[in-house]
Amino acid sequence: MRLFTHNMLSSNIKGVANGFPLRIEAEQVLEKQVDFNPDFLKNMFPKLEWKALVDGARALGYADLPEEADSLMLESEEFLRKFHHVLLELHLEEGALTCPETGRKFPVNKGIPNMLLHEDEV
Amino acid sequence: MWYLCVFFHRLLDYRRAEVESLAEMLGVYSSLEWRLPENQHPDSPFHLVNLPSEDVARNIANRSILVKGIYELWGEGSSFEQLEEAIKNYPEDRKLPYLTCETTFKVTVDSFGKAISFQEQNDRIKSLAFIPFKGRVNLKNPDFNFWLMETDDYGAHNGLPPVVQKRIFFGRLVGGADRKLLPTYQLKSRRYLGPTAMDAEMAFLMANQAQVMPGKLVYDPFVGTGSILVAAAHFGAMTMGADIDIRAVRDGRGPDCNVWSNFKQYGLPLPVALLRADNNLPPWRPGLKEVIVFDSGYFFLNTMIPFHPLGAWLVRALTVDEMCEGYGSGSFECLAASLTMREGNTEENNSMSLVAPTQFHCIFDAILCDPPYGVRAGGRKSGGRKLLKGIVGPYTVPDDKRTDHIPSTAPYSLAECVHDLLDLAARMLVMGGRLVYFYPVLRENDVVENHFPEHPCFKLIASSEQILSSRYSRVLLTMVKTGSYTEKVAEAAIIKHQEFKENYVKWLGDCNLHSSVFSPAHPQLGEEPDSKSCKELKPKYRGKYV
Repeated sequence: MRLFTHNMLSSNIKGVANGFPLRIEAEQVLEKQVDFNPDFLKNMFPKLEWKALVDGARALGYADLPEEADSLMLESEEFLRKFHHVLLELHLEEGALTCPETGRKFPVNKGIPNMLLHEDEV
Repeated sequence: MWYLCVFFHRLLDYRRAEVESLAEMLGVYSSLEWRLPENQHPDSPFHLVNLPSEDVARNIANRSILVKGIYELWGEGSSFEQLEEAIKNYPEDRKLPYLTCETTFKVTVDSFGKAISFQEQNDRIKSLAFIPFKGRVNLKNPDFNFWLMETDDYGAHNGLPPVVQKRIFFGRLVGGADRKLLPTYQLKSRRYLGPTAMDAEMAFLMANQAQVMPGKLVYDPFVGTGSILVAAAHFGAMTMGADIDIRAVRDGRGPDCNVWSNFKQYGLPLPVALLRADNNLPPWRPGLKEVIVFDSGYFFLNTMIPFHPLGAWLVRALTVDEMCEGYGSGSFECLAASLTMREGNTEENNSMSLVAPTQFHCIFDAILCDPPYGVRAGGRKSGGRKLLKGIVGPYTVPDDKRTDHIPSTAPYSLAECVHDLLDLAARMLVMGGRLVYFYPVLRENDVVENHFPEHPCFKLIASSEQILSSRYSRVLLTMVKTGSYTEKVAEAAIIKHQEFKENYVKWLGDCNLHSSVFSPAHPQLGEEPDSKSCKELKPKYRGKYV
């Protein structure tokens, strides 16, 4: 699971009001190279929750992202490279995503988050 | 200019829709004009289409799957004499650049509905001697390809569209589909297959209907083995898939036989994300906010205007001031909320830089899927069968068993599934984004009911039927998001869904489609001879059964 996905997911357990962002518990983190595509990054930047991305990156052991970012920073190649690395190249292979409200753990196994709810959470 | 567009004779409903979709993708925003050559049946492979330039025609043809060729038509006629006359009358300045002595050329003879012997082909090429070809012949890699195509009534029993009169066309090839894609991507070669993997040709057609381009983000909520996303990835999209079946999406059949391996096999970029999720309760965060930045007005002109009733007015009001006036008065309701404007590069090429910090809940450029109809695969959703029917209260999972608990699922009817799909698409697609999905219909006595699901945020722009058996077929629906999603819209959509369910889709309930498709026919005694005579009366023309 990439941080891009993490940035879109929330806990949808019945009754949970603030299921975003999910806390990351990392057991195994992989880095896989992906072709650099600045247009995609620029397109996606305004749609992301930056703080969740920074916190997620930290949970995966990468602390080089600035706390705040605005669209002017997209002009800088150095920033884009870091953004690209965090968004698309860091993978949570094994671990869990924890609902910030209930503490329910959604397991991440072989890189696939399992977001299916239990019977008593629907 | 009018071009001759010749299709492969298959998937008849999909042919024009594909060309129209690709034309729009390549920047042709007015709807295409079509006409049929003289005496041609609408199902004939020969069509005439009006396109703005040869480049557009070439790009459409090369990207398409069903276009055999788009040709600059030099002449047509019902006999060779008429054809010769027509070619001679075609303007010299359009012909001569392609006949000069430094160029190479090739003439191909083709016919629809009959094979022509080599000898006959040669004779026909020789009869074109009146055209002043000065270049040299090159059969392998010519600069210009000329095609002589004819269609005639070659006998009634070949199942092809009826031909009233012989017709001959002569033209210069502009471009054609790359059908080599199909053997490369055919399911036979696919390592990881499921029972409902999408056929490669159909998957490419879906990607074309969705206008998939490099950099776009495409989502499939019923990803299965990823067969639809493979086609989207081939055209350069970033892909994302979800499925409720964790075995399909995570495990596959082993380390080198899973969804990832299907992409690796063709050297395609891997999906951005695969996850296990329920389409009934999608885990996407609410308020996936989108700040739309109109740099140089590209998004605005190309994405919003064609679909908005005020579009025409906005095209005329191209100055920044006028546009803002439009927003200020609240006429463009989805943007009116709080629009601020940064002036800066307004002098350069008429571009504007507007920032509209409105809350759009959208991230995907297209959603492509083949939902479970309950015929070959049934849908599932969260919550056990008994729980949903209210027979038992929710099963409380004991704390010590929470970690590896496998939740039970309940059947998911198609009507509900499609409603959820439309709701998801309305929330998550960008404005102008496309939802392309299959919807099954029952065929009774060859009559198909044409009532498709509707949603206030969407406009249906194409519906193409593919016949699967004498009992049912599936229709590829292409919908464009034209309105933004609000609470009000969501409520209206639920009412629409209820009406639709009551009026048209009683048969879509639990397993009705399955039983309608598979229940044995019960011919009553005495009806036998009837059905036999029915068989004899079957029309010679196979129509869409190609």
